[in-house]
Amino acid sequence: MNKTIDLVERTHLRDDLPDFRQGDTVKVHVRVVEGERERVQVFEGIVIRRRGSKLSETFTVRKISFGVGVERTFPVHSPMISKIEIAAHGQVRRAKLYYLRSRIGKKATKIKERRQA
Amino acid sequence: MTKGILGRKIGMTQVFDEDGHAVPVTVVEAGPCRVAQVKTPEKDGYTAVQLSFGAPKRVTKPQAGHFAKANIDPARYVVELRLDEVGEYTLGGEILADVFAAGETVDVVGVTKGKGFAGGMKRHNFAGLSASHGTQKKHRSPGSIGACATPARVFKGTRMAGHMGHRRVTTLNLKVIAADPERNLLLLRGAVPGPKGGLVMVRTAVRVRQRNTGKKAS
Repeated sequence: MNKTIDLVERTHLRDDLPDFRQGDTVKVHVRVVEGERERVQVFEGIVIRRRGSKLSETFTVRKISFGVGVERTFPVHSPMISKIEIAAHGQVRRAKLYYLRSRIGKKATKIKERRQA
Repeated sequence: MTKGILGRKIGMTQVFDEDGHAVPVTVVEAGPCRVAQVKTPEKDGYTAVQLSFGAPKRVTKPQAGHFAKANIDPARYVVELRLDEVGEYTLGGEILADVFAAGETVDVVGVTKGKGFAGGMKRHNFAGLSASHGTQKKHRSPGSIGACATPARVFKGTRMAGHMGHRRVTTLNLKVIAADPERNLLLLRGAVPGPKGGLVMVRTAVRVRQRNTGKKAS
């Protein structure tokens, strides 16, 4: 990585967010701008992927909304994220939890709890 | 006034703008440049400034004399910038990245990456021939290049294989996302011609895009 580019990116990096990984259940507080007004929307679900590095790193949250699977991908360092809360730590054996997409019902949202060290 | 600065392309990344959108940017190490010569209509027949940039590799005696005339250190690159009027440029004057401010539109001139002798598929986006159906040793060939007895020749300008890249290209109307004169950096929205480390010239946009208002010009 180029040193100068690193410097440029550093000013945009966020360090106020908690560490979370795939399998965790998170509440992402997203700033939504509607015309002049701005409000915060919460998107809660399972983190099924984290990819990329540094400023271009993104993560995808999956939830089941009214029986339909919904996925949203956010840049980790996006200023549109006001807060991330970790609702549960999950214990998983995959880096990408795409297998959840083919699951139906209770199994689609259930992930073994990870014990905190 | 036409403004310009020489720089070195460093590479691309992305930054977030105030709306929270990720914007692709090219980082250019721009300047510091010195004015090596001011050309005037009286003396040279046209108006321009010569910008110099970069640490020199070697300096020939004629070059040393040219830089000494402007009372500046020798530089590696000297590029001319055509102007309508001399304006604020003075011989030996310094130009920093803060000549441009965020929100301005600029053109970037650079020399593209050389691709060598390239075939029709790479150079002109030809489709090539079929991968199967009996095609033999001609999968990447351009196909027909003309008719038969009439005109009995190949028209000039027919797109064929040949040298690709390493030519001067101007990318028009890029937006300046940020200028940092302390670190001599410019962030430009989108891509810029040339390899990393290549010389680029950033100048005021010559063809500013007109906003389409839906009304006819009166």
